[in-house]
Amino acid sequence: MIINHPLLGPRDASEFTYLGDASLIDRPDWQAENVSEAFYEYGYLRDNPAGEHQELWYHEAGDRSWLVVTRNTLTHEISKVELARDVARARGRSK
Amino acid sequence: MTQTNRLNGGQIDRNTSLSFKFDGRSYTAHPGDTLASALLANDVRLIGRSFKYHRPRGLLTAGSEEPNGMVELRTGALKEPNTRATTIEMFDGLEAKSQNRWPSLKFDALAVNDMFSNFLSAGFYYKTFMWPAAFWEKLYEPMIRRAAGLGALSQEADPDEYDKGFRHCDLLIIGAGPAGLMAALTAGRAGVDVILADEDFTLGGRLNSETFALGDHSASDWAAQAVAELSSLPNVRLMPRTTVIGAFDHGIYGAVERTGDHLASVPAGKPRQILWRIYTQKALLCAGATERPIAFENNDRPGIMMASALRTYANRFAATASQRVAIFTNNDDGHRTAADLHAKGVTITAVVDVREDAPTCYDYEVLKGAQVIDTKGRHGLTFVEVALADGSTRTLESGALGVSGGWNPNVHMTCHQRGRPVWDDALAAFVPGENLPVGLSVAGAANGVMSTHGALQSGAEGAANALELTGVLPDLPEAEDAPVSQTPFWYVQGCKRAWVDQQNDVTVKDVKLSYQEGFRSVEHLKRYTTLGMATDQGKTSNITGLAIMAEVAGKSIPEVGTTIFRPPYTPVPIGTFAGRMKGQEFHPTRLTPSHYWAKERGAVFVEVGNWLRAQWFPLPGETHWRQSVDREVRQTRASVGVCDCTTLGKIDVQGTDAAEFLNRIYANGFAKLAVGKTRYGLMLREDGMVMDDGTAARMAEDHFVVTTTTANAVSVYRHMEFARQCLYPDMDVQLISTTEAWAQYAVAGPNSRKLLQKILDPEFDLSNDAFPFMACGNVTVCGGLRARLFRISFSGELAYEIAVPSRYGDALMRRLMAEGEEFDVTPYGTEALGVMRVEKGHAAGSELNGTTTALNLGLGKMVSKKKDSIGSVLSERKALVEPDVLRLVGIKPLQPEDKVTAGGHLMNSEGPVDAAHDQGYVTSAVYSPILNSNIGLGLVKNGAERLGETMRLVSPLTDLTVEVELVSAHFVDPEGERLRA
Repeated sequence: MIINHPLLGPRDASEFTYLGDASLIDRPDWQAENVSEAFYEYGYLRDNPAGEHQELWYHEAGDRSWLVVTRNTLTHEISKVELARDVARARGRSK
Repeated sequence: MTQTNRLNGGQIDRNTSLSFKFDGRSYTAHPGDTLASALLANDVRLIGRSFKYHRPRGLLTAGSEEPNGMVELRTGALKEPNTRATTIEMFDGLEAKSQNRWPSLKFDALAVNDMFSNFLSAGFYYKTFMWPAAFWEKLYEPMIRRAAGLGALSQEADPDEYDKGFRHCDLLIIGAGPAGLMAALTAGRAGVDVILADEDFTLGGRLNSETFALGDHSASDWAAQAVAELSSLPNVRLMPRTTVIGAFDHGIYGAVERTGDHLASVPAGKPRQILWRIYTQKALLCAGATERPIAFENNDRPGIMMASALRTYANRFAATASQRVAIFTNNDDGHRTAADLHAKGVTITAVVDVREDAPTCYDYEVLKGAQVIDTKGRHGLTFVEVALADGSTRTLESGALGVSGGWNPNVHMTCHQRGRPVWDDALAAFVPGENLPVGLSVAGAANGVMSTHGALQSGAEGAANALELTGVLPDLPEAEDAPVSQTPFWYVQGCKRAWVDQQNDVTVKDVKLSYQEGFRSVEHLKRYTTLGMATDQGKTSNITGLAIMAEVAGKSIPEVGTTIFRPPYTPVPIGTFAGRMKGQEFHPTRLTPSHYWAKERGAVFVEVGNWLRAQWFPLPGETHWRQSVDREVRQTRASVGVCDCTTLGKIDVQGTDAAEFLNRIYANGFAKLAVGKTRYGLMLREDGMVMDDGTAARMAEDHFVVTTTTANAVSVYRHMEFARQCLYPDMDVQLISTTEAWAQYAVAGPNSRKLLQKILDPEFDLSNDAFPFMACGNVTVCGGLRARLFRISFSGELAYEIAVPSRYGDALMRRLMAEGEEFDVTPYGTEALGVMRVEKGHAAGSELNGTTTALNLGLGKMVSKKKDSIGSVLSERKALVEPDVLRLVGIKPLQPEDKVTAGGHLMNSEGPVDAAHDQGYVTSAVYSPILNSNIGLGLVKNGAERLGETMRLVSPLTDLTVEVELVSAHFVDPEGERLRA
């Protein structure tokens, strides 16, 4: 596989480490009312789509960027690669 | 008598003779031969015994699709089983042996299996060896494995070298037949970077096997000229002896180049094979087609071969399987073989053509509307029985029979990414479907274009289209352009023992039987009968199997469906995938800064991940490791010891939000840690389990130095980057791993302060008041060398860790040893380190095993509830906080000499010993020279409340039962007076 790193261009997948569903960015608020339920879902429940999937890859043998890669699980086509930091900000994460 | 079946002509070098051995007998051959062609030229038809029935078998094909002609190649450690004779390039001194026979190829004791064939039909393993269950492991499986086998491994390490490499191009052309060569010429002349790969040692594909002309040249001459032109183009790389084994994601192709297999011995330091990873935007598959057989009674005798293979052997290798050859065909291609062999002086006993309207020939007899119904010949074909159109039978005395059932496009690579081939009615074959790997297109016979002219044209067009070349295509040489239509004829009706898959011994009857027994899906058929599951992946058998199933089911072949092919295209030695990553080179080795010094001291080393660490330092006279380790512990606790702890992960954390960042990362609080102080940090995974532990030293308001365990250095850093970038993207915090930037030594023991004071520059005060327990700071040593000093202790003694830039690590260790002489300083290794941390009751890797919580480890109170930290919420899940969860305890045998076994389980002093009554387990065990006793750490249900209780430590594996007492995990200095001294 080749991942088109937003800063570094196309890089071989062997430079990366895979984590999983990019929903891991959406960590619940620790003071939320239903905090146990929210963390249970966050920690254990994942969608398993046959098709487009947003997932986290880490450029471990490179610049150490975490990336959100949009990959089709059926074809392995990668349609989008973003810096996870940008995605996290867009999803409302800050400090 | 040599080479009695050698014909005239061919592309072999008759001026040079090579000698080779098969089953111990010597024969001669010529350069350009394969082992297969050389055996045929020497009138050897019997090559091996079949997988299940041990029937005599010979060659079926002349290429990599060969199911039968497999041998053990070479001898000793270089022996390679299951090597296809058809792909072995001849070299002088070659040695090969037949396989799967005992005691000899001509007399094989297990040929008796053939007589019991009724019991060995499809699914016989499942049916026959069902009961009793215990027999399977002890009796049936070993027996079956002995009987049903292929070649034997050498049982020695593979002495060959292998390598891996990367290549890039604009167009990868897979296969160098007419389509591939024409594509390469088209793209090469246009100036783009081209790689042309072919599994054969001579490029040209079937052009080397045919007698027709291309323009003014013979087919093989035209191929040679094309290759010569391509070699002259700097932008074209020719890769003969290279099999493209798979099409992977995003334009990456795997290819195996056999750089040494054709040599008597691989030159020292050179690889035998290279695994290439080829990156290309566009690829053109020109893999040609494979001729398919027709199944009939006893169609597996040596001498019965594909008609096209006979043609290849005659035209390219000047060899024939026999001087008397019959042909059995359902299409015109079989006649081409007859004509070519006849022209070479081989007697054609008859062409048996199933078609009533078969072409007529005046040179030899054509039996129209006839079928082969049986064959004879114990170790090789002698007679062919033919049913004629009028119902009468004829016997043809023939030593070889060429069979042609039409051609199947080699669609394999088109399937590697879920693509399914589609049925072409006109061709009666599967052709590539729509859903090809991105960037791959197909040309020539692989795409169902069967004529030579068509192949040349589609190769040129394929390259031009793939590269979007504009302009005029190169002129094509004039070539045969016979229309090809194939009428399916799969097997002769009424046959019983007609082989479909010769490598796995699957017959027409087996396929029918499995359908009758309810296996309707092709995938089930495959697994039940093992059809197509041998090393050849059914290249000559899958379609026939499908056709038979379709007929029994009353469906069409496309309705029955097809199985798809997976990489690799042909088998690859495991060593090729390993490349240079074997033995010591399996992973990189990391050396500590004190490694060479430790080596001089005669240290014994241990692998810790990629690191090599000193395990202990034996002194003269110490013969047992325990002597060294006990001494190192005693000396350290009595005076002072030094241990290289550089391998601990070190992460520099800087930024105005650094403290808050660590607050989120660690379960305990860091926001209020004063500058110049160090704190133990407990890191949880989000699921609440302990991930790692270490220390964080606050060097400045906005600067922390974090340590991790050796094992988790990489994963903790990854985890922290995840938190920084994905969870807290706006925090002002930066991370960098400095594990290799600093050499770090633990200096432990009551005299550690005195020793360090000697090397510390005079302006730094090490007194307890000035630099108390858990202090940290930047200092200089040895006259101005910058260093970091931490007063932390893993051993439980008064202790420090001192870090200097790595390049000074060796010098610092030597200085510490020299300055420490007056204190009787000792270096200590990982064993003594382990003993002292168990004595002190510190949890380490065996306790932080991924299944333990802070509560389990007695650190539950560290998990702060006043702040947000990773893992805090889920660590409170109900099952993790029940009163009887496992708790860390110390374990001491009632008899000090009794061994404590790590991994042993703890049971109550009375009652049954079984899993239901399990109370916990031992995580770490050492001998403590301080307590003169074996001791251990363990996790016991509600252990913190059970101190003083006597339990049984059992290890059913070693029949061990030891009485132990649960004690505090802090065996030494429980109040921590020493480390605060």
